[in-house]
Amino acid sequence: MTAITVEYYAQLREQAGHGRENLSTTAASLAELYAELRQRHGFSLDSAQLRVAVNAQFRDWAQPLAEGDVVVFIPPVAGG
Amino acid sequence: MSRVSIAAAPADTDALRRALQRPGCGGFCVFEGWVRETNEGRAVSGLDYEAYTELALAEGERIIDEAIARYGVADARCVHRVGRLAVGDTAVWIGVVSPHRDEAFRACRYIIDQIKQRLPIWKKEHYLVGESSWVACTHGTAHEHHHHD
Repeated sequence: MTAITVEYYAQLREQAGHGRENLSTTAASLAELYAELRQRHGFSLDSAQLRVAVNAQFRDWAQPLAEGDVVVFIPPVAGG
Repeated sequence: MSRVSIAAAPADTDALRRALQRPGCGGFCVFEGWVRETNEGRAVSGLDYEAYTELALAEGERIIDEAIARYGVADARCVHRVGRLAVGDTAVWIGVVSPHRDEAFRACRYIIDQIKQRLPIWKKEHYLVGESSWVACTHGTAHEHHHHD
């Protein structure tokens, strides 16, 4: 099990019901982690609509998780 | 010094302008993005911006570095608001200085286009009639054309 922190923004925050959670996971990659959390929280967005950041850097979905990572799933952005 | 900020209050644009002044620069180009009263045919009463600040600042700095490298401008600043905004409020302010105007215009355009595609900032619109919704601009690619008016 890997202990990580996940932060949620925008519709993911609303659907999760909170902006941050600490959890332990057996997910082998960021993609597996999102699939696990999507099932838990009922997220409407597919991973194809998201980007993912780890420790404030955009990362590839295939990246494995490391102890203490802060993971943020990025819904479609709308700045400007 | 940090050239990008994510601000919960209106920016001091006079101070931003002064910070960009250079004796060698004859061109100063500003883009302001304002909250419009309609979006896709719906009357908007206001909106909430939310940012993943740490990544938005890092990505914004990268965008300014890219604009300087591509167009040879002298410097740039960007402020993006977060929180509740009303129609007419300035959501984003971008200023670019350059020895000549052409590079300043091009770099300013590049920065706003990249901000819209890349900064982790989200917008929830509130309408005069009906439920509020998160506006989904897709994660665009660099060659895609994006409106920003």
